[in-house]
Amino acid sequence: MRNLIDIKDLSVTEIEELIKVAEDIMQNPDKYSEKCKHKKLATLFFEPSTRTRLSFEAAMMELGGNVIGFSSADSSSTSKGESVSDTIRTVGCYSDIIAMRHPKEGAPLVASTKTTVPIINAGDGGHNHPTQTLTDLLTIYCEKKRLNNLTIGLCGDLKFGRTVHSLITAMSRYENIKFVFISPEELKIPTYVKVNSNIDYIETKDIEEYIDKLDILYMTRVQKERFFNEEDYLRLKDYYILDKEKLEKAKKDLCIMHPLPRVNEISTEVDDDPRACYFKQVAYGKYIRMALLLKLLDIK
Amino acid sequence: MINIDSIENGIVIDHIQAKKSLEIYEALNLGELDCPVAMITNARSKKMGKKDIIKIAQNIDLDLNILGYIDPNITINIIKNDKRVDKYHVELPKEIVNIAECKNPRCITSIEHELDQVFILTDKENKTYRCKYCEAKVVKN
Ligand SMILES: [Zn+2]
Repeated sequence: MRNLIDIKDLSVTEIEELIKVAEDIMQNPDKYSEKCKHKKLATLFFEPSTRTRLSFEAAMMELGGNVIGFSSADSSSTSKGESVSDTIRTVGCYSDIIAMRHPKEGAPLVASTKTTVPIINAGDGGHNHPTQTLTDLLTIYCEKKRLNNLTIGLCGDLKFGRTVHSLITAMSRYENIKFVFISPEELKIPTYVKVNSNIDYIETKDIEEYIDKLDILYMTRVQKERFFNEEDYLRLKDYYILDKEKLEKAKKDLCIMHPLPRVNEISTEVDDDPRACYFKQVAYGKYIRMALLLKLLDIK
Repeated sequence: MINIDSIENGIVIDHIQAKKSLEIYEALNLGELDCPVAMITNARSKKMGKKDIIKIAQNIDLDLNILGYIDPNITINIIKNDKRVDKYHVELPKEIVNIAECKNPRCITSIEHELDQVFILTDKENKTYRCKYCEAKVVKN
């Protein structure tokens, strides 16, 4: 494999290998500090996403490599009307690997056909964001020591949330996974996601109904840009606010996740709870990206 | 049935779903051929009730992907010296290129026009094709 465009590009075995390498990096960071010496990562962000870009850049730097790139379309030649294909052909001459984010769906797939340099999809519109899914998988693995036999609650915007859809796809490949979909009527999970993944699930509007059964609680943000009218957004954005009280009946070893940034779907009073894993999740994101860079650059 | 001269050399596209022949005529650019082309619509068929037939009085290269995509039940007969020398069926193509267009405004093909419009068969039973780039379903006319 030379590119990562869609999480489905990775087999279960390949994901396992990435997780092993990420764990080894966490335990022996010095061993990896010069692995990517003299290698260049280009971060091409045709749409800004500081969080994801910094994670990639930090990952490359901790491997001893260098970073070039741009952080928005205004500062790139796109603003002069250059096509994605031409930008990639050019940048492919300067870099060893490319992480790219683009507002148009399928742009990274196009890029991968225009250069021999490996392409990582760092998010293409509302379509795919495979390194977020890898981050989620590493978090679950490190916190629960397994990827099977889990009951996973997904809460919030399950209709538009792409991170949720690809996490379901990824987790549906493991044994004995049960999902609890928690959302208001308007933001229910689309039927095709449930049908395609052939999964075991229950649906509810009430966050507390099954909270005592959950091993993982994955909270998501209701995104303003998905709504046509302000009224619906305001009504739905605070539909769920996770606080100490709601967590009373939850398991002692529950793992609370969130792809971040959060707005107010998790009350800050939860941050100090040992079950809150969403900031650890950020750190895991860097380690899995380090493992991915090594894999795609074919560095052992 | 109206009598249409049988052809000496050429192709008979048979078992076309009734009323689909015009779509095929246009998709294959049959109007640009020099030879006679006959279209018969609503012909009686034991198997189908009604069907369309197209007769082309010349052996041309057919794009089987287009035919299979429009109607996978079509049969093709090759005629030489008044005799049928070959008969075959088309099937749903695994991939279609530049036949349908992606209607998703968020798709990369909406801004990068030199890209081929590629759709992949993702569900044979429901004849679902999805855009290679954005995975949006093809919207059939
Ligand atoms: Zn498309």
